[in-house]
Amino acid sequence: MPNENGTAREITYREALREAMTLAMRNDDSVFLMGEDVGVYGGAFGVSRGMVEEFGEERVVDTPLSEAGFTGLGIGAALVGMKPIIEVQFSDFITHCMDQLVNQAAKLRYMFGGEAEVPFVLRTPGGAGTGAAAQHSQSLEAWFVHVPGLKVVMPSTPHDAKGLLLAALDDPNPVLFYEHKLLYNRKGDVPEEEYRVPIGEANVSREGEDVTIVSAGLVHHYALEAAESLADDGIEAEVLDLRTLSPMDHATVAGSVEKTGRLVVVEEDVKTAGWGAEVVSRIVEGESFYALDRAPARVAGADVPIPYNKNLEAHVRPSPEKVIEAVRSLVDERVGVYS
Amino acid sequence: MKKYENRLELLETMLRIRAFDEKVDELYAEGALHGTAHFYVGQEAVAVGVISALRDGDVITGTHRGHGHALAFGLDVKKMAAELLGKASGYCHGKGGSMHIADVSAGMLGANGIVAGSMGIVCGAAWAFKRRKEDRVAVCFFGDGAVQEGIFSESLNMAAVWSLPVVFVCENNQYAMSLSVERGFANSRISEKADGYGMPGVTVDGMELPEIMEVASEAVERARSGGGPSLIEANTYRYLGHSKSDANLYRTREEIKEWRESDPIGRFAARLEKSGDLEKGGLPEIEKKIYEEVEAAFQWAANEPEPEPGSALEDVYA
Ligand SMILES: Cc1ncc(C[n+]2csc(CCOP(=O)(O)OP(=O)(O)O)c2C)c(N)n1
Repeated sequence: MPNENGTAREITYREALREAMTLAMRNDDSVFLMGEDVGVYGGAFGVSRGMVEEFGEERVVDTPLSEAGFTGLGIGAALVGMKPIIEVQFSDFITHCMDQLVNQAAKLRYMFGGEAEVPFVLRTPGGAGTGAAAQHSQSLEAWFVHVPGLKVVMPSTPHDAKGLLLAALDDPNPVLFYEHKLLYNRKGDVPEEEYRVPIGEANVSREGEDVTIVSAGLVHHYALEAAESLADDGIEAEVLDLRTLSPMDHATVAGSVEKTGRLVVVEEDVKTAGWGAEVVSRIVEGESFYALDRAPARVAGADVPIPYNKNLEAHVRPSPEKVIEAVRSLVDERVGVYS
Repeated sequence: MKKYENRLELLETMLRIRAFDEKVDELYAEGALHGTAHFYVGQEAVAVGVISALRDGDVITGTHRGHGHALAFGLDVKKMAAELLGKASGYCHGKGGSMHIADVSAGMLGANGIVAGSMGIVCGAAWAFKRRKEDRVAVCFFGDGAVQEGIFSESLNMAAVWSLPVVFVCENNQYAMSLSVERGFANSRISEKADGYGMPGVTVDGMELPEIMEVASEAVERARSGGGPSLIEANTYRYLGHSKSDANLYRTREEIKEWRESDPIGRFAARLEKSGDLEKGGLPEIEKKIYEEVEAAFQWAANEPEPEPGSALEDVYA
């Protein structure tokens, strides 16, 4: 597919990430990758495979199992002008990094009166669907949306993965970069050269008149699948991929909701205090509230840890079918049938 | 918990652990299992040696590589197989899987998916025992990688300063995933760290069951009699990859072969033959019995019912 940037070809999400890191490291000696097993092992999900061969162990650094320590190290290196990419093997282990992220990275610039910058990127895969159970399947990104001073991005396509990672590396602020284990093998068109996808901009990935579906990450594809099958029944959904959770692109969401009058949020994290609640709040407390002709709905993870058994796991996760059901009950003309 | 009546039972338990994990490995290779698992093959002597020094009322915490700890503690092979197959009759009713097998009422306080995740928990159990004046001991199994986590330091310090009845058992299998102990530590003699916290530390050949039993008994006795915690470093090796998928790029075939030559099961079986506990050439027959037992457990488990989908929403208070 030709692209505004020139040549594009189909590669995986994993390859797109590797390409972004590789380009950044070729161009800028201050960029480095650090994390558990990122070297010869290539990372737990193979994202950095081959990179230590090109850049050496000085720049692709295997760490001890010390998530708090090497997150702090990344922050300190950023403070003195380096550009770290810190990989946390599963996003569940980010609990170990909490102090460093929340009390340090997010606040240094502000506390120092704007006299410092922390250009720090932390990449980590979240999400369920792999049978890895409760301690290896969570979607905890909403926590960081709640912390002023952190940016949170969550690309759903190889194209956005590359463009957002390069944008994150340009950004003077700490950026949490959420990947998904079930996206790594997904293919898509990606330009060969460098380009940026701006942080904070949602993408309208499908246009429609009847309902707005806001999503991000893996479940964005569930939303698109649902939209295709709803179209067979004459329901045209507009599907938005937020791409960045913080700062949130409210304007694009509001514009779409004002057009369709109906809002469904699709998110993989648990429903209670998930980032979808923020999307909905911004709509109902703003002008676009008056454009709504149905109460907004959320399709989210159930409020439980992720169970191991395949059927149980599927039971608590969002799915295209659950999105279809939510949209159907929202567009039903009979009053009071939606929940 | 399991009571080891004789030396043959020690051998049988090591074989059971090996048979179990080989079966699990096989099921993953066939794509018959969801998720992932970490295999204990090669390390059997550590769990069996340490746990055989315990008695009723004592507790253990395991790791992500936890089938061996559970089986050595006496957990039921069938219920473990059922858990791996995600069945309702599994230890966690299909909710936990490989990394979360537990039998809390029996004293097996859980495998753990988080490296070093149980090091504080084990101190809590020990603290409760001490506070309630119960002469019970808590054993914490963990890998060399766990030593690199902050909570290792916090836990050993608390245990030492409050003289808690804990035995810290570091299974130094030479690697944390792809990171060798040489690359992970400036001083890779892990037992030497004990001194800094004010507790005894000892390194033992983790492929030699009687040696493990001896140092474990000493440490357990010390803990039980109010002498406080100890750190045992058992030098061992995992024969298989880190988890179901691992190309072994970080080590050589020769190295794996060398370690396999000092196999804990083979070594112990040879001892038993010498002492007369095991008939000469009697190992294959025992092996056959144990492998059949494990096979039967998985067959039984395969026919067990799936959990009700709605059960996914149970077992949380909030
Ligand atoms: C806090 C945390 N970090 C990383 C991981 C991913 N991980 C699982 S096991 C493992 C290696 C652990 O090594 P070690 O403690 O030596 O135990 P071993 O696997 O060798 O038995 C890693 C990196 C994890 N589960 N938890």
